[in-house]
Amino acid sequence: MKARAFSYFRAATIEQALDAHALVGDDARFIAGGQSLVPALSLRLQAPRLLIDITHIGELRGVRREGGFLRIGALTRHCEMLSEPLIAEFAPLLQAAAPFVAHPAIRNRGTFGGSVALADPASEFPAMTLALDAEIEIAGPSGSRRIKADDFFIDLFETALQPGELITAIYVPLFKADQRFAFDEMARRRGDYALVGCGMLATCAGDRINDIRISFFSVGNTPTRVKGAEATLIGSSLNSERIAAAQAALEGDLAPPENDEVPPAMRLHLARVLLGRLLGRLGESA
Amino acid sequence: MSAPLTSLDRPNSYIGRSVPRPNAKRLLAGRGRYVSDLKLPRMLYAAFLRSPHAHAKIISIDIERARALEGVHLVATGADLAKICTPWTGTLDHFKGMTSSPQLPLPLDRVVWAGQAVVAVVAESRAIAEDALELIEVDYEDLPVVVDIDGAREAGGPLINPGSANNICFRSQLDNGTVDDAFAHAAHVVEEEFSFGRHTAVTLEPRAIVADYDPAAGMLTVHHATQTPYQFQDLYSRHYGIPEARVRVIATDIGGSFGMKLHVYHEDMAVVGLSILLGRPVKYVADRIESFVSDIHARDHRVRARMALDAKGEILAMDVLDLTAIGAFSTYPRTSVVEGNQVIRLIGAPYRFKNYRASLEVIFQNKVQTSQYRAVGHPIACAVTERLVDMAAAKVGLDPFAIRAQNVIADDAYPQTSPTGYRFEALSHQACLKRLHEMMDYDALRAEQAELRKRGVYRGIGIAAFVEITNPSPAFYGVGGARISSQDGAIVSLTPSGEVRCLISVTEQGQGTEAIISQIVADQLGLAQEHVKVVTGDTEVTPHGGATWACRGAGIGGETALRAARALKRNILEIAALILQEQPSALDIIDGEVVDAATRQQRLPIAEIARIAYFRSDTLPPGTQAQLTVGHHFAPQGYPFAFTNGIQGCSMEVDVETGFIKVLKHFIVEDCGRVINPMLVDEQLRGGIVQGLGAALFEECRYSETGQLVNGSLADYLVPMPMEMPDIVIAHVETPTADTELGAKGCGEAGTAAASACVLNAVNDALTPFGATINSIPITPAKVLKALKRF
Ligand SMILES: Cc1cc2nc3c(=O)[nH]c(=O)nc-3n(C[C@H](O)[C@H](O)[C@H](O)COP(=O)(O)OP(=O)(O)OC[C@H]3O[C@@H](n4cnc5c(N)ncnc54)[C@H](O)[C@@H]3O)c2cc1C
Repeated sequence: MKARAFSYFRAATIEQALDAHALVGDDARFIAGGQSLVPALSLRLQAPRLLIDITHIGELRGVRREGGFLRIGALTRHCEMLSEPLIAEFAPLLQAAAPFVAHPAIRNRGTFGGSVALADPASEFPAMTLALDAEIEIAGPSGSRRIKADDFFIDLFETALQPGELITAIYVPLFKADQRFAFDEMARRRGDYALVGCGMLATCAGDRINDIRISFFSVGNTPTRVKGAEATLIGSSLNSERIAAAQAALEGDLAPPENDEVPPAMRLHLARVLLGRLLGRLGESA
Repeated sequence: MSAPLTSLDRPNSYIGRSVPRPNAKRLLAGRGRYVSDLKLPRMLYAAFLRSPHAHAKIISIDIERARALEGVHLVATGADLAKICTPWTGTLDHFKGMTSSPQLPLPLDRVVWAGQAVVAVVAESRAIAEDALELIEVDYEDLPVVVDIDGAREAGGPLINPGSANNICFRSQLDNGTVDDAFAHAAHVVEEEFSFGRHTAVTLEPRAIVADYDPAAGMLTVHHATQTPYQFQDLYSRHYGIPEARVRVIATDIGGSFGMKLHVYHEDMAVVGLSILLGRPVKYVADRIESFVSDIHARDHRVRARMALDAKGEILAMDVLDLTAIGAFSTYPRTSVVEGNQVIRLIGAPYRFKNYRASLEVIFQNKVQTSQYRAVGHPIACAVTERLVDMAAAKVGLDPFAIRAQNVIADDAYPQTSPTGYRFEALSHQACLKRLHEMMDYDALRAEQAELRKRGVYRGIGIAAFVEITNPSPAFYGVGGARISSQDGAIVSLTPSGEVRCLISVTEQGQGTEAIISQIVADQLGLAQEHVKVVTGDTEVTPHGGATWACRGAGIGGETALRAARALKRNILEIAALILQEQPSALDIIDGEVVDAATRQQRLPIAEIARIAYFRSDTLPPGTQAQLTVGHHFAPQGYPFAFTNGIQGCSMEVDVETGFIKVLKHFIVEDCGRVINPMLVDEQLRGGIVQGLGAALFEECRYSETGQLVNGSLADYLVPMPMEMPDIVIAHVETPTADTELGAKGCGEAGTAAASACVLNAVNDALTPFGATINSIPITPAKVLKALKRF
């Protein structure tokens, strides 16, 4: 299929991009890597009148330290998650997740900001912003704001982002010496969206877990933190009994949707298995 | 068995040699010319509005707004095309009693599957045509939808074809020997019900066609991504009433076909009609989303089967019921019943037993048609047989290798007739079994499996023997009245500079046909392979023949080329003998030189013979007419089919917590008779195995209760990808057929035939400690976890 005809505007600054959007309204779309938007256009699932290309806006690029955070520009491409030394050092969970995002050709174009803005519940990065307690920086007609990942994902493909607003950067608290992380997913084929996936970041004192954030993807309408499971682990050391308790808590944390291929009970089972394996690895990495 | 055709140490001995395909570099360099690359002057583009309903009455179609859109040249409905195209019916006479409704390019009043093309738009660009589609309004009235096999067979249930008594397309029965008696006296009986999901070919290049009707010349040229150009020449000629000689079908580079590109598709027929209506070239390329809902699908069988054995594990009898659902029509012109027919005739094929009963029921439903796709029926027949053999082995207490060794037809016992009526010339099951056992290092694998089980790692080992149908004679389609050729034709010419051009009716879809034909011609004529140019795929240039289907390119096309080349060589040597004043029998050709046959001393370059024959015929003896172009046709005679055989093995690991399966290594020992190019045969086997593993583990066209294909995109329909594929180890046994000089049989379907059976056996082997079994393909994590009662 071929996309319906549309106009194209290449924005040089955030301001230009926001103005262009304001002018056209609902019929405009920002385009970053295009790896989700272009297929939607080709299938005529979306038919905007105007595409606003944001990939030439310098302010959206770059990765740098800012206070206790790593500021990751919205245009940071998935492949840069693998190659950027600052990410390896200060946001290793993102680096661990990146090889699971699609295939090299898609990673060469797809962007972090685009992935978070789209908020696909099966995507790796949006879920990781939850595990990392990241903050999302948004520019809009009424100025700029920062919002916690915990408050960002609302429902299926619905976020706190208002129409016409732009994600400019994601702020990730710097990875610390007393922290550990683990990531994995179960996908039918390498590069596919996962049947279930999970990433976690723990702050530890010896083998005692002082804090842990565990986030799942492909389990519901949004990326999902499993606070019940987290609660069973915080304050205790990782042992098989605690792991079993965390696994059991998932039943209350997750409510996987009906699906003809992966019934809810199966997804919950896989989530338990994955959680058990990841916590096991977290223990080993002490 | 014939002696080797050539010895590889001689120059120009190409038969048996791994030489690269001449066209590989061109395709890799992006110089391929596919139909989608084609841009003709004044060419227009077609797009189709498709039915959102699986079964509905068409109440009205409003095309006015679409017609008015700028850039739109034609909007055509079923009625418009019915005026110029005669209907077709997908039945053949040798399938007694089969029925199917007549079909037209676009439906007149009823749609029978979701995705069926309903209205065609032709416009200046594909994008404009799609814009116009959005302006068409079709009013439908829903009819009851029949999707599953049970629903379709329900007495008094909804009917797909009005006026018919039921939804049955075809029934067939085989009953040989004394089946009831054998089961009554059997020491052991094993029984299982199997299900095989629908899947589809997913060629890299989708279906593509440019039809170009020239009203001034009354000539239709169709550039068509097809594996059977002559068949389509015949069909376009007859259904549009254009004399055959004025229909030209050109199949240039093709990006894979696997049987999918030899059926009549409604859109393709429509595009020819659209070009006739407009008098302009019209192009249509199916996009991936359209391919999933309009390319033929395959498989979709449910088989109940049982096997009787004596106390020692000797197979006594099999009894089989195969139910298969094929969509709303039987496909034209090859029908949709061949797969079921081959299932019931191939079951049990490797084994010696004599008592066999099978029933086949082919059923209509509201889905896209199924038809012939790589290894037609083989994977089902093989999985049913081989799983039952494994179940029997377990029951009798025999190792899977041992029970097969005990039951396969002995290599020295041929010729043989199978209990289903197939005649086998010579197969090599025993040799293949033995070779596989060594190659897998079977005993070590079993020891490792036992060791790992103690540590909670569950490995499975599976093997599956198979028989493949190749080199089909007219018994396949011709006897049923289909104008589908089982012969091939070749024209070989010596060019004025002493090279050879071979025009041949077999076609190239990426499998290397042109390479092996050039090997055979060069070998037989004594030329360097680069001096042979092979031309395929143009009905106006190449002689009529069967082209590509059912594994025939090497066996039949190769033999045609061999005989044509030998005839040309005789003619060349006749002229050489006149020039050299020798007897032709005293001469030979090596490396493009006429040589003394006994001493190999060079006498005359064949370029010189060509020069004299073409430009100085005055210097030849009076009455000499040099015949440096030779045409030859070859149709298989003797056995109706050249059967091949082989055995596959695989080793895999099942994660019993997640249900995920990792195939660790796959093995095949295959006997396709004379191997012309080992590298290409290995590629065929590897590709075939990967397709078989796809079917075993990933591929399935899943439908909703309302008949909607729910996974019709490459994001959702999982084809096998490199990361999930194992290393594949290959060995050959060569039992040439004596029906031809070449002795080659087919190898294109062998990989697909047994790969899924192998995986099925291996998974069940891995699950043995849990008492869990799997009887359904594809084997998904969900099915494994269900079997293990993990959720
Ligand atoms: C075959 C395939 C497989 C894939 N597999 C995976 C996978 O396994 N895991 C995974 O996570 N993803 C996968 N993806 C999606 C890919 O990661 C996308 O790149 C990503 O989801 C979107 O990023 P993008 O830059 O391409 O966004 P675009 O496609 O350009 O845009 C997506 C949406 O986000 C909006 N948008 C983009 N940037 C911004 C911004 N800065 N501010 C506000 N709105 C913005 C756009 O307007 C649009 O609505 C796959 C894609 C393909 C084609």
